[in-house]
Amino acid sequence: MPDSQEQITAEIVESHRVYAKAREESGQESRHVLRDFAPYRSSILRHPKQPLVVAGDPEAVELTGPVFGVTDVTALDSDLTRQHVGEPMGERITVTGRVLDRAGRPVRGQLVEVWQANAAGRYAHQRDDHPAPLDPNFTGVGRCLTDGDGRYAFTTIKPGPYPWRNHVNAWRPAHIHFSLFGTAFTQRLVTQMYFPGDPLFPYDPIFNSVPDEQARQRMVAAYDHDLSVPEWSRGFTWDIVLDGAFEGEHR
Amino acid sequence: MNPTPSQTVGPFFGYALPFPRGGEIAAGAGALTVHGHVFDGAGQPIPDALLEFWQADPAGGRGGAPGTLRRDPVNGAILGRHGLDFTGFGRVPTDADGHWTLRTRPPGGRPYIAVAVFARGLLHHLYTRIYLRGDVADPLLDRLTPERRRTLVATEERPGVLRFDIRIQGDEEHEETVFLDFS
Ligand SMILES: [Fe+2]
Repeated sequence: MPDSQEQITAEIVESHRVYAKAREESGQESRHVLRDFAPYRSSILRHPKQPLVVAGDPEAVELTGPVFGVTDVTALDSDLTRQHVGEPMGERITVTGRVLDRAGRPVRGQLVEVWQANAAGRYAHQRDDHPAPLDPNFTGVGRCLTDGDGRYAFTTIKPGPYPWRNHVNAWRPAHIHFSLFGTAFTQRLVTQMYFPGDPLFPYDPIFNSVPDEQARQRMVAAYDHDLSVPEWSRGFTWDIVLDGAFEGEHR
Repeated sequence: MNPTPSQTVGPFFGYALPFPRGGEIAAGAGALTVHGHVFDGAGQPIPDALLEFWQADPAGGRGGAPGTLRRDPVNGAILGRHGLDFTGFGRVPTDADGHWTLRTRPPGGRPYIAVAVFARGLLHHLYTRIYLRGDVADPLLDRLTPERRRTLVATEERPGVLRFDIRIQGDEEHEETVFLDFS
């Protein structure tokens, strides 16, 4: 018998309460996600139970990382509305921001990858078989390299929310999946960008797997009216900060 | 600065992140094959995991090279590595059996290939290492118990073919893979 939304919401609220109490007592803020977050049922058997082992090697290979260049992307990759013969259905948007390391320095010339559902909330993926229309003019995959300021920019359509089977009546808030590289393999990040004011936030166990409210807000883009283009597109900004040690960090 | 939190790669990365010959960091004479399964805490193979590999080149160089995706400027198709540069980066989704295969050359310097594990259900990726041999002095291996150490060392099935299984969560019969903290 699948769980109800009421059950999942109760578990989320309890988990956040436990976190808030621990934060108050220890003064320690959690800046990341909890890998062990039972309201997201698929995480139960897919998180390690042993503590992570500190690598503790200043010469670790992971302190360097893969590089990408102009041969790895094409100009059309960053405009998800122009990858087919016709225009996709939906609200045209631009999403831009900077990729920074934890010291606030721009990550330059690195690969940013995105993927998302179409305006109806359907992925161009065989495993997404829920009854919303596919869009022949939208695949939902983009790539770009960050520029000299660490900036990325995509033109796309606003993805729709979509149902999933974590529990009865489970709906994901609209989101764009992001994959990011830093200068070191330790800085690798895969995350999701959300849209401001989504009414589905309190119901979603994935969004709420980040226990700290301020940390959750760092996954939410801002609407930026100055980036909107008259009679064409609405603009969103979202900066991304990569964690993890890297070679030369303390120089 | 405060970091952006991680979120799961979800079930639908398969049409976006994998690319042709993603698991062929190097091919031809001198290349070895490393392969294995990814398992969950019930001992079941995970068919929707994505593995990334990063390693030094055979001379120990850690600079990598661009061109892992290398695109066709005519139609945008992914041509992949041209085989002259050693890009050091590989990416492989598990198949329906939870199995993956990597072809590469052994790294110079430190004797391991770095691995990042992503999967549906995994909210933040995990780092581990494939040590190509176990009889080495290593700052990480030397701090682990024999049971834990074994999870990081590939076993030779036959010359040129190594096996390396990844257990995201241990069960009664199987040791959980050692995962690393680089914060
Ligand atoms: Fe999604």
